[in-house]
Amino acid sequence: MASFIQLLVSGLATGAIYALIAVGFTLLWQTSQTINFAQGEFVMLPAFFVLGAMNAGAPFWLAALIGIALSIVILGLLFKVVIVDPMLKYGVLPLVISTIALSLFLKESAKDFYSSQAQPFPALVPPTDVHIFEAVISSQSLVVLAIAILTVVALNLLLNKTRVGRQMQATAQNPTLARILGIPVRQMVLYTFLLNAVLVAIASILVSPIYLAKFTNGETLGMAAFIAAIIGGFNQVRGAILGGIILGVLDNLSAAYISSQYRGAFPLIILIIVILFRPQGLLGRLEERTV
Amino acid sequence: MFRSGLIASCILAGLGLTTPVLAQSTVYIPAILELSGAGAVSGTNFRDGMLMAIDEINAKGGILGKKIDTPMLDTQSDAGISRAQVQKVLDNKPYVIIGPVFSGSVLVDMLLTQQAEIPEIVGGEAAAITQKGNPYVFRTSFGQQFSMPKIANYMRDGIKAKTVGVLWVNNDFGKGGRDTFNKEMNSRDIKVVADISTESGQADFSADVVKLKSANADAIFVYLNEEESARFLREARKQGLNKPLIGETTLLGQKVIDLAGGAANGVRGHVGLTIDAPIPAVQEFAERFKKRYNYACDHNGIKGYTGVYFIKHVTEKIGKFDSKAFAEAAHGITISPKDEPGILMEATWDKNGDIDRISFLGEVVDGKQKIVETLPKLGK
Repeated sequence: MASFIQLLVSGLATGAIYALIAVGFTLLWQTSQTINFAQGEFVMLPAFFVLGAMNAGAPFWLAALIGIALSIVILGLLFKVVIVDPMLKYGVLPLVISTIALSLFLKESAKDFYSSQAQPFPALVPPTDVHIFEAVISSQSLVVLAIAILTVVALNLLLNKTRVGRQMQATAQNPTLARILGIPVRQMVLYTFLLNAVLVAIASILVSPIYLAKFTNGETLGMAAFIAAIIGGFNQVRGAILGGIILGVLDNLSAAYISSQYRGAFPLIILIIVILFRPQGLLGRLEERTV
Repeated sequence: MFRSGLIASCILAGLGLTTPVLAQSTVYIPAILELSGAGAVSGTNFRDGMLMAIDEINAKGGILGKKIDTPMLDTQSDAGISRAQVQKVLDNKPYVIIGPVFSGSVLVDMLLTQQAEIPEIVGGEAAAITQKGNPYVFRTSFGQQFSMPKIANYMRDGIKAKTVGVLWVNNDFGKGGRDTFNKEMNSRDIKVVADISTESGQADFSADVVKLKSANADAIFVYLNEEESARFLREARKQGLNKPLIGETTLLGQKVIDLAGGAANGVRGHVGLTIDAPIPAVQEFAERFKKRYNYACDHNGIKGYTGVYFIKHVTEKIGKFDSKAFAEAAHGITISPKDEPGILMEATWDKNGDIDRISFLGEVVDGKQKIVETLPKLGK
């Protein structure tokens, strides 16, 4: 039982990080039909912004804020203006290819400008353990889980309880009608890119103490989040959250109780089953878009 | 007159007839390495060690009067790309090829170099590399069939283990190590009670540690790559895994120690190559490396450095740039630092291209690798 609780909490923490990244996927898709295959690298990069700021002498909390700010500018604003806007008019496929190229560029740039070697990344809390029913749970996992939940709650409040959020929803559902109603559609689309940048920066700060900061981190994270978004439903934020949680927990439990050798196959099996029997995802809806 | 000479020069240049003049002043030894992708840490360390040796040798006039010309080709840590890069350099008739480091890439490349009869000096450690009867492949570090018996002896005599758990990375390197280790355990009547494979790049080891704890083995053998080793050690510490953790070279590397923090303390194992070896030449090399590149060299840096000096020594011994003669002369050769200081430690290459030299038993104490015993060459 103790082992099960340990695995469950650890899986939930990992899954929560996947969920944050997957939510970013869905946000961009909903408002601009952008499938961002550089999303994994978007999570890898903020960790290096933070480390760079720390190397320049900033304390961790300040470096984290600088990392988030740089992410908003580079991974939000610049990404939209330099890559998405010029490419989007040519359709989804050229944009997808552009994001694949961007992922390679970001990965190799991080390696060349920083280091090919993994870097230790400061944990948000000291590495202490909490004992619950004989299970040893790291405080780090609990903090990751708490921050991820808070972030998702804040995102939901923003989208459902504020004027800007509702305008973003309207933009996602029907941009033409939203424009007629006087909603600044371009601005709303930009906001979703900025939101995605904040989400990936938070995910980066949460995941890097565990993964260590390395230029290849995006490969695993991007793929996991993409699968999570499809499992949960690419057109629903809550679907992406569910997909992320399922993936994180499934990975741990299947490795412990079924086979560690085939642990990489289980998420893909779930993915295939979902695509076969519920192609819109577990919580996704056919022909509807909301953020 | 001047004009006709100029035209003649242009025609000759166009026909490529002037290139032999350039070619005569250099010897073409391309390097195919993991400069990007998952193996970039290993590949760049290997490259930097190699470049140090090349610069030193070229500064002293090169090999047999020729400067070493070593273009760097990136495998992107992918076996298919590595093979394509080897094919590309073979068209230019290299004298010797250096690299790659990943065993999976070596295993697909070595068929091409064997067909072309070009020696390949590799960083791969998988046992299978030198078990295929290829006379053109030479190692720069222990193959697993050399390192695993030393660890197995330590498990039996040092740890006095009757049961072990094995945690290994599921790639050519890890699979080869696990197979060889398990064979050595069987021959010593030590029972493998947990045999757990992990994925390259795996971040969460909680499930693996839970399984190891429930196996309750006397000791655990950890055979993972650098970052994964560090992540595992952190998780093992977190879950209070209190069995001896034994590794081979990587687990005790300074990079793993730095990344794992305090969780690496107490880890023990066999170290084939290390900058902490109690050998002045190795330590002096490590200092120069750190001064030049501003980071601490790992065992791959030593492989790259000594690999180039291996080429230099064998070539000077045969007195010509003849790839076939190189391969013949390199089998059975022993090079000592007295004859070739750049080799750092006496090394012998056997008939399969395997290397044998002294090695070490180490332990991580207070965040530093401490060598506790020097083991003789297996051939002694």
